[in-house]
Amino acid sequence: MATPPVIIVGASLGGLRTAESLRRFGYEGPITVIGDEPHLPYQRPPLSKAALNDAEGSLENLAFAHRPAISDVTWITGTRVVSADLDASTVTDHQGEIREFSALVVATGVRPRRLHVPGGATVGRYALRTIDDARALRDVLTPGTRVVIAGAGFIGCEVAATAIGLGCDVHVVGTTSVPMQAALGHDLGAAMQARHEDHGVAFSMGTRITAALGHPYLTHVDRADGRTLACDVLVEAVGSSPNVEWISSNDVDATRGLRTDSAMRVVRGDGSPHPHVFAVGDVASYPHPHHGIGAASVEHWNIPTETAKRAASVIAPMLADDPSHLDVAATPFTPLPSFWTDQYDTHLLAYGMTRIADRSTLLAGDLAGECLVGYYRDSRLVGVCGIGMTGQMLTYRKELMAQPLAAGTAA
Amino acid sequence: MINVKVDMSQCQHYGQCVLEAPSVFELNAKDRLEYVAQVADDEREAIEDAIDICPMQAISMVQ
Repeated sequence: MATPPVIIVGASLGGLRTAESLRRFGYEGPITVIGDEPHLPYQRPPLSKAALNDAEGSLENLAFAHRPAISDVTWITGTRVVSADLDASTVTDHQGEIREFSALVVATGVRPRRLHVPGGATVGRYALRTIDDARALRDVLTPGTRVVIAGAGFIGCEVAATAIGLGCDVHVVGTTSVPMQAALGHDLGAAMQARHEDHGVAFSMGTRITAALGHPYLTHVDRADGRTLACDVLVEAVGSSPNVEWISSNDVDATRGLRTDSAMRVVRGDGSPHPHVFAVGDVASYPHPHHGIGAASVEHWNIPTETAKRAASVIAPMLADDPSHLDVAATPFTPLPSFWTDQYDTHLLAYGMTRIADRSTLLAGDLAGECLVGYYRDSRLVGVCGIGMTGQMLTYRKELMAQPLAAGTAA
Repeated sequence: MINVKVDMSQCQHYGQCVLEAPSVFELNAKDRLEYVAQVADDEREAIEDAIDICPMQAISMVQ
């Protein structure tokens, strides 16, 4: 009987990088990637930025190039995996087809959380995660359109910048006191708000949308502070939920993403790993031994790539019956998150876990221009953000990379 | 030899490639990207890592 394939569920960045990395680490057997979108892997970051702004072309040019090493990978798109039986080593898709795996890699990512508000409007409400979402939104961001954005995180702010550039009337409603507060802290968030306001974006912070009114076309939204905004398009950018329902009936910990050990092996409720089941990318909640914060998922650009390489470095020797995979699994895994955002002509780059900081400090420059901001937790540098100043950023990045594991926390 | 190409209309000089393949990519004194366009085959994995991590997906290579 033929060896069953490595099955990767999720055909986006994490799935692609897992397939590539399996080949790099010497696995020569069959690989099957199953994705629910009709598309092969493509870049998501431009969906809220340049691609949304380009009436022709760029949305069609987001597909990742495929390396020759993965030319024999089987891609099954438009197919949703609805359940997994980890004891039987099988997954089942929405058409009832059951497939056996030698190893399973969960790369199903996250989906946008939606607002659950009354008001009757069903047309005019948008979320942004997929290329099809971006196409739909692009078609309605026309000059003069009144756009309300629920959520003042990166996606909300990037869409705001793009929409105002397209001539829309843009109003951001966020629950924090300044936009992007969780990632950037108060001071840099306030400075970014000022940049948006210079371009004409309005903000209502410290409140939320409580109703989306219209039958069925959206006409107004209500805010918790009692105000009503006229509105043609509501963009819901209020965070994400991990796509774990299809696997959560197994003995796994899916309370906040899918919890893994430092080898990206999905763990059981008792913390022991499933030896042949892995998770990568946005869906994976992995340990952060150098921060002492427990397991957490990190939805930043480089993490699907880093976690895919980590998983593949264990899977390839494991499937070759090479016991060294246990040694690989025991080495520390402390990838440094990196992320960036483009809003107007501001290009902001960050390293580290700025979200866990209890304090931020301007290290250099000017918050209204080029600047460097350091993020600290218990007086220890945990992240840095820069607008420009790339060379100095790299110096701080080295400091973040060089940090020892926190005492008393095992990998 | 490997031919490396960076689409400079896309590059935002974030410097991620410099970390992955320092013998191929560097930031000059003005924080602008400079790179070697022809490199030896043994740099392939480092360049692949740079291609993977570039936020703008601006790097490509031809062998």
